[in-house]
Amino acid sequence: MFLHDIGVIPGGEKKQVTDSDTPNITNLSRRGFVAGSSLFVVGVALAGCSRYVEPKIDPDSLDIPKAGPSPLTEVKGGNATPALWISIKEDGAIKITCHRSEMGQQVWTSMAQIVADELDADWENVEIVQAVGHERYGDQNTDGSRSVRYNFHRLRVAGAAMKQMLVEAAAIYWKMDPSECEATLGKVSNNQNSDTLSYGNLAKVAAKLQVPEEAKVSLKDPKDWRYINKDIASLTVPKITRGESTYGIDVDIPNMVYAVVSRPPQVFGKTGAVRDAKALAVPGVIRTVKLPDATPPALFKALGGVAVVASDTWAAIQGRNALEIDWIDGPNASYDSEAFGEEMIQTAKQSGTIRRKRGDVSTGLSNASKRVEAEYYTPHLTQSPMEPPVATARWDGDKLECWACVQDPQATRQTLSDLLAIDKENITVNATWLGGAFGRKSKPDFVVEAAIIAKEVGRPVKVTWTREDEVRHGYYHSVSAQRLEAGLDADGKANSYLHRTVFPPIASTFSPGMDIPTDGEMGMGATDVPFNMPNLQVESGNAKGHLRIGWLRSVANIYHAFAVQSFAAELAHAAGRDQKDYLLELIGGARTLDLGSEGATYPNYDASIEEYPIETARLSNVVNIAADIAKWGRSMPEGHGLGIAVHRSFLSYIATVVEVAVSPEGALTIPGVWLAVDAGTVINPRHTQAQMEGGTIYGLSNALFGEITAKNGAVVQDNFPSWRVLRMGEAPRAFNVQIVKANSAPAGVGEPATPPAAPALTNAIFNATGHRIRKLPIIGASGSKLSLPTKQTS
Amino acid sequence: MAITLNINGKNETVDAPAGTPLLWVLRDHLKMTGTKFGCGIAQCGACTVHVEDVPTRACIIPHDSLEGSKITTIEGVKGSAADAIRSTWIKNDVPQCGYCQSGQIMAATALLEENSNPSDEDIDAAMSGNICRCATYMSIRRAIKEAAQGL
Repeated sequence: MFLHDIGVIPGGEKKQVTDSDTPNITNLSRRGFVAGSSLFVVGVALAGCSRYVEPKIDPDSLDIPKAGPSPLTEVKGGNATPALWISIKEDGAIKITCHRSEMGQQVWTSMAQIVADELDADWENVEIVQAVGHERYGDQNTDGSRSVRYNFHRLRVAGAAMKQMLVEAAAIYWKMDPSECEATLGKVSNNQNSDTLSYGNLAKVAAKLQVPEEAKVSLKDPKDWRYINKDIASLTVPKITRGESTYGIDVDIPNMVYAVVSRPPQVFGKTGAVRDAKALAVPGVIRTVKLPDATPPALFKALGGVAVVASDTWAAIQGRNALEIDWIDGPNASYDSEAFGEEMIQTAKQSGTIRRKRGDVSTGLSNASKRVEAEYYTPHLTQSPMEPPVATARWDGDKLECWACVQDPQATRQTLSDLLAIDKENITVNATWLGGAFGRKSKPDFVVEAAIIAKEVGRPVKVTWTREDEVRHGYYHSVSAQRLEAGLDADGKANSYLHRTVFPPIASTFSPGMDIPTDGEMGMGATDVPFNMPNLQVESGNAKGHLRIGWLRSVANIYHAFAVQSFAAELAHAAGRDQKDYLLELIGGARTLDLGSEGATYPNYDASIEEYPIETARLSNVVNIAADIAKWGRSMPEGHGLGIAVHRSFLSYIATVVEVAVSPEGALTIPGVWLAVDAGTVINPRHTQAQMEGGTIYGLSNALFGEITAKNGAVVQDNFPSWRVLRMGEAPRAFNVQIVKANSAPAGVGEPATPPAAPALTNAIFNATGHRIRKLPIIGASGSKLSLPTKQTS
Repeated sequence: MAITLNINGKNETVDAPAGTPLLWVLRDHLKMTGTKFGCGIAQCGACTVHVEDVPTRACIIPHDSLEGSKITTIEGVKGSAADAIRSTWIKNDVPQCGYCQSGQIMAATALLEENSNPSDEDIDAAMSGNICRCATYMSIRRAIKEAAQGL
């Protein structure tokens, strides 16, 4: 248990106390043994010193200069004032506040690694405090793969400043110059006599000291990092293995009741007559609550419908099954996703709005020796975190407190304030652990439901979404249609490239009628295409949203990378060239892209283009590494094929090689995946590898099986397996990840592995079978194999 | 009507409507929230518990059919297979979000109790009922093999 509690740093960097060091304390909890007056005596045992006894510091006995306000409120990334992030307890516990939501990306661990490294804390003493939603933390929106890059610098500064203040506190106590004191692993030592003072002992003095200016805070040289860029064990996993974790669905509040909601099948459908007698007759059902009908724009509003409130979740579900509701059609009643897909393909055949232009693509295409054209279609998808959306709300007079698995507790608080017209100061939003999220839990509609129902019921209410609710009432990944055209010269070299992309934008969820793809979405794999031909044009076509369109892990990169990287392989085939060689040729020589000079407005994931330029050399590098580790070009057994794709997203560069094996009957397996990632400075290589594997398989799952369709405005699928996700037996047999060693600024890790997965897979299927897949999903919910035409000769 | 269930070696008295699945009795009545809800129709494995040492989907089995049966949940599973699974899960940081992992650990423990040297195919057969949306499948497969070696 002791080891479970503290976690273990692999690789021999031992941080737990060994039996021989402390024979009397190994079975105690890590906090228990340092309680009370024995603190400093035990400290002696731990330090292995036989004579020195650490004195207990009385802060009131020291002459501490009066401190002014913190000058670290506006460093790069936001407020780096140590007190905002770090609390050191007398028993030595280092409590680090994590303002981002933990959803499996190991953000608790990575944030703690950054702070603890600069603070030079003993990892054994690190604990996480999950922040509530509040502006004082700056951005808390845990999506966009940006927790590390937004916070890396300021959390380093906060840790380093705190360490400096602890050193200064020791210097004051010892009446010496701080330069003669040194902080290491939770203690400040006196270089004159090797006496030490523990951080816990110094904390009260340090807290009274002036916070230093940023210019006077010295950050470690990366070669001295103790935790950053190391495989530090997760802070969450030990609890998980004992079933002790608290997700949104696990919240338990005294006097709480349980609710599920029957929602209109269509977005903006309305609730007509409600007959709830049979529902109320179900044992355990307490009452029903009618929710207000939703009106455009969708925002994060509750969808309306009727809640059933009961003494447990099962009774609420049974009550909901017994409800009789007359739904009234709304403005989306005629939405049929299949017909809409056809319409979008037609849009893609026509000229659209130019979003980036180089040279003269129409002349280039007219003069080409060979023209290649292809159209691609991808369906709606839903995020399907294994924990569905769940929220608990409690009112105390006009004060509201919520506990929920939200990716953005601050936006949740703002949403509640806006939609329920209550002062934000009266709202507390507690983020629990998230049982997966993938973008779904950035949208706090489920918290709004809980708040409305709890107000009406006058008791705390937990609203649980069933899987059917999650599949039918989501914020869906956008359906898309794309057309690409290219012209090759007599040598097979591409000289012209036209990409038209059509999809309902996410903005349609926030502005009714908005049908123009935004710069952000276009900049996810369309306008930022890195190809180096003289004539290049990227266009968008308009499409309206009829479901709530939302973001899903890696967003528009999914369909853009699928089309662009498939097309690159189609061009290679047309030119009679190897996929990988041709891809490198399309990317061309080392250069930094200047999209602005070609008319593109490119947000670059909200990052500065100077700090995070688009560097083609990094793309080519990961292509070469992935090809090397996959042994690209090796001879393959019959029915096997390798496919490659590369994509920059969330400021990271990833190339993926997939091997498929396809039987003559079309049964498909994935013997291996090889992936190279350049994400700049990486905080935790092991957890980065996990994100590479998980992000890739998420993409493979979408490509193979994922499809949400709608008829009469309502989503057709309802649960696993009509909404199908990849399972163990379908996973790759081998997965090899290579992380490029880089000192550049940290980039995203959670999402960028997803986009190249699908095209690497379909490019592999092409090389295995000669069959080009331009429409996803490849197999679908009910299929078991590929439908293969007769093998083409290639 | 109140009945007694034997859960993790302890007798627990519960008074839930007849037919209430074990999952909701564990979670809402006994506040044992380690067993998770994922689909409600025995398709995802998040709610896997052991009934008489056999992996069982708690979301569809009525609690009142289990009087006198030995029920084991993530909070109480123990023995050499469970210890080996937990320790390789921790050593390798197998979980990501962790939500499905109670079910994964219960399924993997039952597999190792039956078969101390599972092949890839054995792992596929035993674990394909447990969905992990974070897709920790590679890690799970590696950790099961490593746990088997340590048995």
